[in-house]
Amino acid sequence: MAKNAPQRANVLQGTLDMLILRTLVYGSAHGHEIGKHIQRTTNDFLQMQHGSLYPALHRLEEKGWVVSKWETAPDRNREFKYYQLTDKGKKQLVVEESQWKQMAEAVARVMWPAAEES
Amino acid sequence: MKWWQISKRNADLERELRSDLELEEEEQRERGLPPEEARYAALRAFGNPTLIREQTHAVWRWNWLENLLRDLRISIRTLLRSPGFSLIAVLVMALCIGAATSLFTVARSVLLRPLPFRDPDRLVMVYEHFRDPSMNSQGFNYNSVAPADYYDWRAQTHGFEDMAVWRWWQFNLTGEHGELPELVNARGGSWNLFPLLGVNAAIGRTFTESEDRTDGTAAMLTWSIFERRFGGDASIVGRQIHLDGKPYTVVGVLPKWFTYPDAKVQVWVTYASGLSPALLGYHDHHFSYVVARLRPDVSLASALSQIGAVQYRLHLQNLHEPVAEDVASRTLTQDLSRDVQKPLIILLCAVACMLLIGCLNIANLMVARSATRQKEIAIRSALGARRITLIRVQLMESLLVSIAGGIAGVLLSLAATKWLATTWKDLPSAQNIHVDGVVLAFACALVFAAALLAGLLPAILSTGKSAVATLQASSRSTAGSRSRTTLRKALLTVEIATTVVLLIAAGLLLKSFWRLRTTDLGCAIDNVLTMGYNLPEKTYDTPDKANAFNEELLERVRAMHGVRAAGLGFLVPGAGPMGDDDFTIREHPPIPAGQALPVALYATADPGYFNALQIPLLNGRFFTSDDRAGRPDTVIISRQLAQLYFPGENPIGKHLHVAALGEANYEIVGVVGDTLYQVGKAAEATIYVPVLSGDHGGTTLVVRTAADPLAFSIPIQKQIAALDPEMPVRDVFTLQQIVERSLGNASLSATLVLAFAVLSLLLASVGLYGVLSYLMTQRTGEIGIRIALGAQREQVVRLMLGDGLRPAVYGLVLGLAASAGAARLIQSMLYGTQPLDPEVFAAVAATLLAVAALACLIPAWRASRIDPVQALRME
Repeated sequence: MAKNAPQRANVLQGTLDMLILRTLVYGSAHGHEIGKHIQRTTNDFLQMQHGSLYPALHRLEEKGWVVSKWETAPDRNREFKYYQLTDKGKKQLVVEESQWKQMAEAVARVMWPAAEES
Repeated sequence: MKWWQISKRNADLERELRSDLELEEEEQRERGLPPEEARYAALRAFGNPTLIREQTHAVWRWNWLENLLRDLRISIRTLLRSPGFSLIAVLVMALCIGAATSLFTVARSVLLRPLPFRDPDRLVMVYEHFRDPSMNSQGFNYNSVAPADYYDWRAQTHGFEDMAVWRWWQFNLTGEHGELPELVNARGGSWNLFPLLGVNAAIGRTFTESEDRTDGTAAMLTWSIFERRFGGDASIVGRQIHLDGKPYTVVGVLPKWFTYPDAKVQVWVTYASGLSPALLGYHDHHFSYVVARLRPDVSLASALSQIGAVQYRLHLQNLHEPVAEDVASRTLTQDLSRDVQKPLIILLCAVACMLLIGCLNIANLMVARSATRQKEIAIRSALGARRITLIRVQLMESLLVSIAGGIAGVLLSLAATKWLATTWKDLPSAQNIHVDGVVLAFACALVFAAALLAGLLPAILSTGKSAVATLQASSRSTAGSRSRTTLRKALLTVEIATTVVLLIAAGLLLKSFWRLRTTDLGCAIDNVLTMGYNLPEKTYDTPDKANAFNEELLERVRAMHGVRAAGLGFLVPGAGPMGDDDFTIREHPPIPAGQALPVALYATADPGYFNALQIPLLNGRFFTSDDRAGRPDTVIISRQLAQLYFPGENPIGKHLHVAALGEANYEIVGVVGDTLYQVGKAAEATIYVPVLSGDHGGTTLVVRTAADPLAFSIPIQKQIAALDPEMPVRDVFTLQQIVERSLGNASLSATLVLAFAVLSLLLASVGLYGVLSYLMTQRTGEIGIRIALGAQREQVVRLMLGDGLRPAVYGLVLGLAASAGAARLIQSMLYGTQPLDPEVFAAVAATLLAVAALACLIPAWRASRIDPVQALRME
């Protein structure tokens, strides 16, 4: 990779589900919107092709954490497939969030032990 | 989402991806990009749609089904691309699976399905058992039981819950109002037989203990005669029928499913009914069959040992009589299927061999095909197909072939089973043989086993290679698929070895059958008609009355145009044994105590019997019309008896004492040639007593005619009816028919095994041909070079022949070795043939080599015709 390339990272394995669920907390959205939102919110730091969202979305739907529905977009006058968080999905988000926190803290403790001591 | 919504779901995903991609494109355009670039940019941001689709599919729950359908689609397409191969493969499978299913159906009904009785597992038959091995070879290891033995067993032992007994019987059934007379098969069963089996009467009741006496007149009808003769009218219960002129009261009708001991039984009476009290006291009159029910808390061995002890005591008390020392038992199921068990198992083995050959053949064809598809498979795997996927696709092909073959096979077996059940005479409960769920499950299991066997090996082998190596390999390489060739040859060797085993078994059975067919019965067979009748004791109560009937009938028959000779007797050669008696010779020293008396078959004859059957007179004279009741008692003996008991002695004028016939001493007036009482059995010592001495019971009229004997059956029956309109005849057969009938089962198993063997040979030769053709195509270049360099055509033929015949020879040697073992299995079914019969082995080896050579010759010859210029240019 060239030295002056902007710093970017691939979505960490296993976190995509959490990111999608978190995004849907703001309300239902279609695949394109979800992708755009994640990219925009991270200031394009998280590099991903929108396409990789779809297997994840369908997996979440299989598990019953989201439901989908074809609806007309308010600004486009065309139907899109909107995903919506279910109650089960909300609970799952809480679980994943806490797991992620624990994980991040654990990693932080190893990486910056001094910070913890102080 | 459910699996049947897969297509809907696919469309949904398509639409979702398209709408989102279009949105991306629009956004890019709105940013000011030209339409063309906008689309590319959108695709870049989006990613590879095909990959996304695949990845999304992978998370769906019914993904495996989708994969399956895809494999199925590919397989069907591949199979349809070579319809010839597919058709042959399906046909082979159909034949193999059909035959296997049919035989399994029969075997299940006969050997495996429980009898329809209460706790059938605890029912056993108990027989007398002679320890003398020389007697066992004649079938006395399961000897029928004497009445007094049975009564003693039942009274003195307590190992069984209960024991019941039945015997054969035959009645002349007439009605009260002059209805048509009919000869019915009957059984006499002890009163406790039906409760012991757990069978209740469908109408009325079963016998009571008080009816089981010598003067008992209770009768039960089986369902078949109840429906046929009595129109299914339940009011017959309580009414009377006439059996041999004596009135019997019908007390009940047996249920429709009850066909024990066979379906031909029409009437049951009680065991003791019609027997003399003296007879019930005999320990040496073996005519009864004992059924016993095991107690839950007593083992069979200990129950039997109790009876055995009683029997041994009886044996010691009757040292001179043929009273067995021991008892033997077998389960009721075994007992009913004793005659068919062995042939059935052998046929099952044969059909399993054929199935194996069929599968190997299909495996072989698959390997051949996979060779031509090498590149296709390599390209598939280069494009990312995993090995397991490739194996799955190939397995799917063999599964499809098997399923198609299985369906056709089951349909085939429906017809075949029906045919088998009607053709195979000895099958017990033949009417209960039908295809059911278990059989279908068996067929399904066969289909999957066959698919696995036929598909797995080639699939694993053809996918194991690295794609690059295959794609790089130029067509000039000749060693590229050596392993595959080795595998095919190994498969062929197994195939041929199995074929050889089948061929040898078929050869041995056929030779025995041919030996049976050509056995000399010891009498005339052509143009002989036999016809039995029973003179009822009630009407013909004195010897004179019986003699009057018999002589009048003979006179009328002899006077008929076209009748060469006619006689009366008791025994018809080839029709089975009728009974035997022990005897002593007056002029010989008494047999020491503890030694069994000599035994001879009992037969009767009138003066014309031997002439009618053309049984030669060896010494003395035939009977004359003076050998009759009231005159000195005379007998004629068979050659076998003279040789065994009068060695170096003239038997004429000596006297025999036969205990069963009374106190009289019978003077031997003649010696006649031996006849076989049954085809396939050795001749036995026989005593002929004059018919005219007034012995009652069955008589058989034997008539030798100038032309087709069956044409005389109706005229002769009319003569009998003219003499006594209430007299039915039985067993109207030509002697030829009797012999054929007794050979029917030997012929059936020989024919079936032969059919399987020939089919296997055909399959094996097709396999051989296929392998060699394939080899030739592979080596076209090499052979072209050889010819170009000056190899002679004959040399090429020899080279190719050697290549093809090698597996054949290996298979032959392997098969011959295996046959030597397998032949011992069928030893008991052979007659006049050794298991290692050199003629059969040689003939099979020659046939196999000839067929193999023929199968190899065509490709070898074609190889020698290769034009070197063309062969080399083709590359």
